[in-house]
Formats: sequence, C-alpha cells, structure tokens
Amino acid sequence: MAGMAQEEIEKELSRVYTVLTYEDYEAGLKEGRLFGLKCASCGKITCHPMHVCQWCSSRSLERTKLCGEGELTTFTVIRVPPEGFEADVPYIPCIVETKEGPCVMGRLDYDAERATPELIGMQVKLSGAYTYEGDKYSGGAHTCPVFKVVG
Amino acid sequence: MRDVAIIGIGHTKFGRASKASLELFSESVLQAIDDAGVELKDIEALFQGAALAGFEEGQVMSAAFSAADLNLGPIPATRYEGACASASIAIRDAAMWVGSGEYDMVIAGGMEKALTMGTLFATRTFAMACHAPTEGPVGLTFPAVFAMAAMRYAKNYDIPLEKLREKMAHVSIKNHKHGALNPLAQFYKKLGALKLEEVIDSKMVADPLSLLDCCPFSDGASALVLCAAEEARKYTDEPVYILGTGQGSGGPLSKMEDLTKPVSRISSAKAAFKQAGLTPKDIDLVEVHDCFTIAELIALECMGFFDWGEAADAVEEGQTELGGKIPVNMSGGLIGKGHPIGATGASQIYWIIKQMRGEAAKGNQIDPVPEYGMTDTLGGDFGTLCHIILGRSKRKK
Ligand SMILES: [Zn+2]
Repeated sequence: MAGMAQEEIEKELSRVYTVLTYEDYEAGLKEGRLFGLKCASCGKITCHPMHVCQWCSSRSLERTKLCGEGELTTFTVIRVPPEGFEADVPYIPCIVETKEGPCVMGRLDYDAERATPELIGMQVKLSGAYTYEGDKYSGGAHTCPVFKVVG
Repeated sequence: MRDVAIIGIGHTKFGRASKASLELFSESVLQAIDDAGVELKDIEALFQGAALAGFEEGQVMSAAFSAADLNLGPIPATRYEGACASASIAIRDAAMWVGSGEYDMVIAGGMEKALTMGTLFATRTFAMACHAPTEGPVGLTFPAVFAMAAMRYAKNYDIPLEKLREKMAHVSIKNHKHGALNPLAQFYKKLGALKLEEVIDSKMVADPLSLLDCCPFSDGASALVLCAAEEARKYTDEPVYILGTGQGSGGPLSKMEDLTKPVSRISSAKAAFKQAGLTPKDIDLVEVHDCFTIAELIALECMGFFDWGEAADAVEEGQTELGGKIPVNMSGGLIGKGHPIGATGASQIYWIIKQMRGEAAKGNQIDPVPEYGMTDTLGGDFGTLCHIILGRSKRKK
C-alpha cells in the first residue's frame, strides 16, 4: 500500500536543521551577547549563524558564545542613507574580525567626523545592539551588533 | 554544446524615461530584430533581466508581459534577477539554451526604471541586494559596500586615502569623457571634461566615495538576438560569437576573506577565459562594472588585466584609455553611460559589438576594430558575478 502515516510525516517535519536562528542570534545581541556556532569537525566558530560551518561546511554545529572583542577591519561613514535611515546620518557600518575568528558586520559607535582610516586595525568591543524597526519590505525588525573602540 | 552568435542588438537612450519599462524593453527588442533582419515569429524563447520591477512599477512576471506585448505567442519567457547582473545571467542562460540545441533563436536582454524611484527609495531598493538579515539593520548602502572595499584597498597597498581618492577620480574622469561622447549615454554632452578637483570636491556619499565616484540611477533597456552560430551568416555578415561565459556567487560581506579580491569575480572570470581558450593578453577591450570608481580597479585586477594593487596606478597612467594596455569602458561605463541595473549586462555587450563593427561614437572607437572583447557584470555586494567573452570569429577548436 502506497502512502505514509501522518505520524511518520510529522516526525520528519520535526527534524532540526537550524541550530541557531537569526531570531535567537538577534535576541542575544539585544542582551549584549554575541552568539555563534562551534564546529565539531574543524573546531572553528561560525558567526553570524549559518546552516553549515562557514569554514569546512560541516553540519555538526553547536551553539556557543563569543567574547565580543575583535579588530576593526574596515568601515565607512554613510552620508546618503536608504529610506528609513534618514535620522541616523551620518552613521558608521563596520566589519569586525572577532577574537574567535569569524568577521561580523555591525555598526561602530564613534564620532563620524573623527572617523579616519587610522581606526582600521584598532581593538573594538561589543557595546550594544542597534534595532531597525523595519519597513514594509523588511519582514519585521532586525538587530545588528554595535561596537566601540577600546584602544 | 553548439557555438552561439549574436546577430542583432538594441539599446534605448539611458537616463530618465517617461515610458514604462515594458515599453522600453519592447523598443530595444524591435531594434535588435531589425538589426538582425529577422522576424518576431522566429523567436523561440525570451530571457529578461529585471531587478526591481516590483518596486519601480509594481510589476513582477515582466518577461511574460514582454512576450505578450510583442505577440511572441506562448513561448517560454523568463525573468532573471541577479541584482545589477540580471541581464548578464539572462544572456548567459540564453546562450546555454541555444548552445544545447533546444532553441535556434532567442531574445535576451534586460530593463530597469530605477531613476524614477528617486534617490531615497532607490537607495533602499538597491540595498535589498545586501544581506537583509545582517546587513539590513546596519543600514548598509551600495556606496557603503564599495567604500569599505576602498578603505581596504588603501590599507592593503598602503596608499594614503587622499592619494587613492585621486587615483579613483581618474576612473570617473575617463568614463565621463567617454559617456559625454556617446549619444545613448545618460550624461551625453555632459561632464566630459571633469577636473580632478571636481570629482574630489563633489558631495561625500560614503567615505571615501563622493558623488562623482558613483554611477547614477537610470532608466533604460537593451536586448540582443542570439542564434546558433552555424546559422548566423544567413542573417548578417558580421556576427559576433560568444566564446566563453562564467558566473560566480558570493555572500554577505563579512564572510569574504578580502573585499578587494572577491572570489566570486575571480572564479567567474577564470571560467570565461577557460571556456574561450583565451587569456587577458588576448582581449582588446573590456566593459567592466564600474558602479563605483573603486569597483573598476577591483574588476581589472580580478580579471587578470593588472596585478593586485596595480590597477590604481595603471588608470592614472592612461593604460585603460585608447592606445593603452587595455581600453576600459569606452562606452562611458556605468558611470558615464548610466546604469539601468536590469539592462546593464546587455548594454555592455551592445557596446562591445558596436566597437567590433566600427560603429562606436567618434572619439570612443578603437581603430582597428577589436577582435576580442569581454564584459564584467556585478550584482549585489559581490553576490552575483558574470563574465562574457565575445569574438569576431568562432572559437578555435
Ligand atoms: Zn568546520
């Protein structure tokens, strides 16, 4: 007899493919924590979350917490914003290479008029989170990490 | 796979259009059909790049409506979206389908009405090609993506930022010079004699990129007729052959190892060269994706025309001008000609073919006409890359 029992189908449906959701990652940021994924195969850390290890593609991942410290690798000062960010101008997006290895995209809490290339290479630390409430096209609110220079 | 040729080309005036994008696209298709000397009933499939039509005019499924507007009948018509590389990936797939033998003659191209949206909303919609969950809340913009790449370029090669700004300005000066000579360009007869200070002193958009480092928002369309190479000479004495194509994908910026060396672009260009059996030395001219001045430098290095860190000096020395090592963006590029994103890849091919026919505008034409040309198209923050190599004669077996 062809066909599959509903219970069997439901069981397949309950399998977990997403170890750390964006929702959990963002909730962590709001509480001052930077969550990532530790790989059982290569030992490296993935952050922001992905469905496989960003270094070796392994699916053996478990949730971990990063220290929030790292080095500023690049930034810019946005002076012409997209719709929805007019009130923020000027603001500073940045990429931070975390101590644990992966780079993360966030914002830098720094005086935009004093932001010069000398900032690149400086040590930074997670100092908070920025939540954009979203527009008609963003599927709700999203949160990113905010970093500040520690020296 | 069979060889594939381009036998007809069409291109609307880029800039601000009052017509709908569907009208612009149909105009470019009719130009291409007329140019090829074929009839609409000969077309077996349509491949259309259109990146943001839903936001510009509330139109999705545009490819079907384009086929309908031209009474092409119930042929397969597919919209391609790869942000600013939409047309290039449509053309690449069209070449695959013709190469496979499934179709003998197809239309491929693209359209966009981005200028109509205005800067604020256009910036928002372009930013949709950033990674929405992680780059969205940052408020990242496209100028910001390339500004961060420029910061890295300065750092990697130890160039003072003010010095790099001058080197980048030469890209804008060159491409505006070409655009000003091109009657179909958005800046035709404008900005053709920019001074270094004018670029440097233009309004800052995202440090270190100022307004004249950026391409404009644009409306426009462009289309090509592709057919099996063995049939091409039935229609034209000057077919142009697709010798090699490549496509590459990237991801969020933070997952890139080096913003100045995008793997997506390197691998896509390599694939195109490999398929064509050519090297950068063989190429006589390129149309590259100069969405920002820094992008042209990164493109030229990734494609292998200059060593890492050397494109900035090369542009300043005139090596990317007529008579230089490799003429780049003789059409004006995105900066001088305009960038209706869904149409850009087709436009780049249009201008390579115009050069091969000796029909580029006076002042921009390479003499003698180029034998081999190449396009480079980028979508998103290095998310979708496509390269197409064209030649006046068939691939050597
Ligand atoms: Zn791993």
